[in-house]
Amino acid sequence: MATITKSTGKEPLFHIVRRTDMPIWKSWLIRILSVLASLIVCAVIIVLVTGDNPIQIYATMFKGSFGSPRRFWALLQGIAMLLCVSLALTPAFKMRFWNIGGEGQVLMGGLGATACMILFGNKLPAPVVLLLVIVVSILCGAIWGLIPAVFKAFWNTNETLFTLMMNYIAIQIVSYFTYIWSSNKGNNVINTINNDTHAGWLELPSSVDKYGYMLNVLIVAALTIMMYFYLKYSKQGYEISVVGESENTAKYAGINVKKVIIRTMIISGALCGVAGMLLVSGTDHTINPDTAGGRGFTAIMVSWLAKFNPLFMVVTSLLIVFMQKGAIEISTQFGLNSSFSDIITGIIIFFIIGSEFFINYKIQKRAKEVEA
Amino acid sequence: MDKQTPAVSLRHITKAFGSKVVANKDVSMDIMRGEILALLGENGSGKTTLMNMLSGIYRQDSGVIYVDGNEVHITSPKDAFDLGIGMIHQHFKLVDVFTATENVALGMDKKTTGGAKEIAKAIADICDRYGFDIDPKQKVYNMTVSQKQTLEIVKTLYRGANILILDEPTAVLTPQETDKLFAVLRNMKADGKSIIIITHKLNEVLAISDRVAILRKGEFIGDVKTSEASVQSLTDMMVGAKVELDIERPLIEDRPLLLSVSHLTCLDKYGVKALDDVSFDAYGGEILGIAGISGSGQKQLLEAIAGLQKAEAGSSITYNDIEKGETEELIGKSVSEIKKMGVALSFVPEDRLGMGLVGTMGMSDNMMLRSYQKGSIIFTDRKTPRDLATKVKEELEVVTPNINTPVRKLSGGNVQKVLVGREIASDPKVLMAAYAVRGLDINTSYTIYRLLNEQKKKGSAVIYVGEDLDVLIALCDRIAVLCGGKLNGIVDGRTVTKEEVGLLMTHIDDSKKEDEA
Repeated sequence: MATITKSTGKEPLFHIVRRTDMPIWKSWLIRILSVLASLIVCAVIIVLVTGDNPIQIYATMFKGSFGSPRRFWALLQGIAMLLCVSLALTPAFKMRFWNIGGEGQVLMGGLGATACMILFGNKLPAPVVLLLVIVVSILCGAIWGLIPAVFKAFWNTNETLFTLMMNYIAIQIVSYFTYIWSSNKGNNVINTINNDTHAGWLELPSSVDKYGYMLNVLIVAALTIMMYFYLKYSKQGYEISVVGESENTAKYAGINVKKVIIRTMIISGALCGVAGMLLVSGTDHTINPDTAGGRGFTAIMVSWLAKFNPLFMVVTSLLIVFMQKGAIEISTQFGLNSSFSDIITGIIIFFIIGSEFFINYKIQKRAKEVEA
Repeated sequence: MDKQTPAVSLRHITKAFGSKVVANKDVSMDIMRGEILALLGENGSGKTTLMNMLSGIYRQDSGVIYVDGNEVHITSPKDAFDLGIGMIHQHFKLVDVFTATENVALGMDKKTTGGAKEIAKAIADICDRYGFDIDPKQKVYNMTVSQKQTLEIVKTLYRGANILILDEPTAVLTPQETDKLFAVLRNMKADGKSIIIITHKLNEVLAISDRVAILRKGEFIGDVKTSEASVQSLTDMMVGAKVELDIERPLIEDRPLLLSVSHLTCLDKYGVKALDDVSFDAYGGEILGIAGISGSGQKQLLEAIAGLQKAEAGSSITYNDIEKGETEELIGKSVSEIKKMGVALSFVPEDRLGMGLVGTMGMSDNMMLRSYQKGSIIFTDRKTPRDLATKVKEELEVVTPNINTPVRKLSGGNVQKVLVGREIASDPKVLMAAYAVRGLDINTSYTIYRLLNEQKKKGSAVIYVGEDLDVLIALCDRIAVLCGGKLNGIVDGRTVTKEEVGLLMTHIDDSKKEDEA
């Protein structure tokens, strides 16, 4: 009788099993717990590095967002701007068109607004300038979204690389114009544009809106609701979902895939253009290559974490902006340099993203010891 | 025989995926040496999962495997090979640009002194011994499906397998190739090898196996000697209830011409002719079967009719609109143009979740896939599809938690019911269905046959692309046989035999064609 000479080892200690049936409340509980866990880890690091009391530090963090009405409005503005870019990217993502070019599209929108304000500020009546600002910035963003879409639709180019590269082009174009339009030749800074006339400024009277952020917040709130209905209930939203799921299914359903790709990217780029306009015309009244502030990239995370649901994005962008502001506040209050706030934000975001693993999978330990 | 130690014993094997899906539950069974065991069960009954545990792809949650009476822990395919267990999967794992010899040599740590020559000789020995027919120098991309399968078996034998597991080996073979495979398997059995065939084709079970083990819903139901089994008894064990196995084939007297395909030529994505000058007519009140080895142009044929596939110049597909009394050309029209023309055409594509349905959407949203453009300009009409989803769910007994559960979470049979239900709901004049019962359990398959017959009785022209010749012969009024993109004849489903269809699938007989013309 044959015998087995080779022993074939033990059962592995762990294996990973996919979850299929986690209730929604439980998945949100895990996300909240992961944020708490990240705060604990950050606390440990803070204590190790600075020796300060972590509770005090978190109080400081809270103060960073809620310490004063101005800070609170700044928090809302931060959320609104991040949310606006996230809303812009979402239809593209739902279509599985990886638009990494939010940064560039925002900048181009902002540049469009800047150009109108500078070129027509003293030549046309203020309402006309504002109208031009709105139209031109939306157009600029839309064109920046349209270019990669056309290449994708007709020649199937890789949209991830394409949109990413378009960012760098946009940044350089903005650099160029900050040089051309810089207030003191050569210092590459554009001072507040039309400070005297406010031509092209998007604003409410200061009696209503003390800090100048209210209009931005209201516009983005309206956009959020519109995007929710657009994606969920409109025919175009349905087409986006089908194209994203499978081009073959879309063709089978009689959907013109090229048209949907191009149309959706125009919308995505145009909304980024709106974000650029809100930044330039609504709050900053100037532009520099860092005006988008990395929102084009952070928004990717906001959109994904919210599973492309515009209403959830309010929560995820709140979380991220709150953390960022808190981290900055800690760094300044405790005399740490700005890299420290990046470290803390990084740890927190790592935990938030990591929690998705535990929502989708569970780790099973070996049931019993097996004799080898 | 009973005193012999089994080659493999499985004891209390349980395997679950996630917390809800139990693929195998407390399965205990033996495989003897020199035996061909048929592992029979419906799709989703856990046959493949069980064998994957034996071949090291999965690891059981609990239970013990014995090989030759010794307890073993199989944690990787390599462990399985070391124990002499080899599995031939449905999808072959061969490198296309390599020759047969190179594929056999690949991934092997056995030391050879003679290199490729020695391996070629070993292959030749194995071929002589069991009656395989293989050219060691042939490249895999030049091989037919049957040759690739042979190579997989030779590869497994060369690595010293004594226990061979074949997963649905005949699914891709013609009747003639199946006979050849069975002859080889019998030689291997005579040599003392243990062979397990995973299958759900009952006629083949009866033809080849010594013993049949039956799984149902992951549980081991029992085993019977093949000599004591019949198609009906095996089906009843497999399904767990008495099943009516006859397929109805009513004869409809009034058969108006609905669709004419003439001189249809299409290219595939590489620019090779996938369809070459195909002409046929489809009539209302008739099921026209399309037979052929997989990849003979079936996909292009249906997609060309549906407006999804470009056709070459000279091709024509005309739809005969009886109510309007008009004949309309479909070539060159897009899917939405065909729809706008009022052509009542329904299409159940082969790729259900990749083409026919949106996997992440629920039944309700899937119902409007083909009709969402109707109604208001901006927003979709939600109520009509919801009502239709509820109706399909009830009438076809779709098992789903609710009509908004993503359809990819449903079982294959339920997915197909959703798809067929939607396509039939639009009252088609021409209904095309590709591999409509692939992967479905027996009861669902018969539900689909019944639905197709209902459409036929309503006067629709049904075009049914199938792979199971037994079913095609039982269901279809006429069968058009494709061979390498050419139409190799249209035969009467009521008089033709399986062997005749099998021959038409593989051999173009030019002289015969000229006689007919």
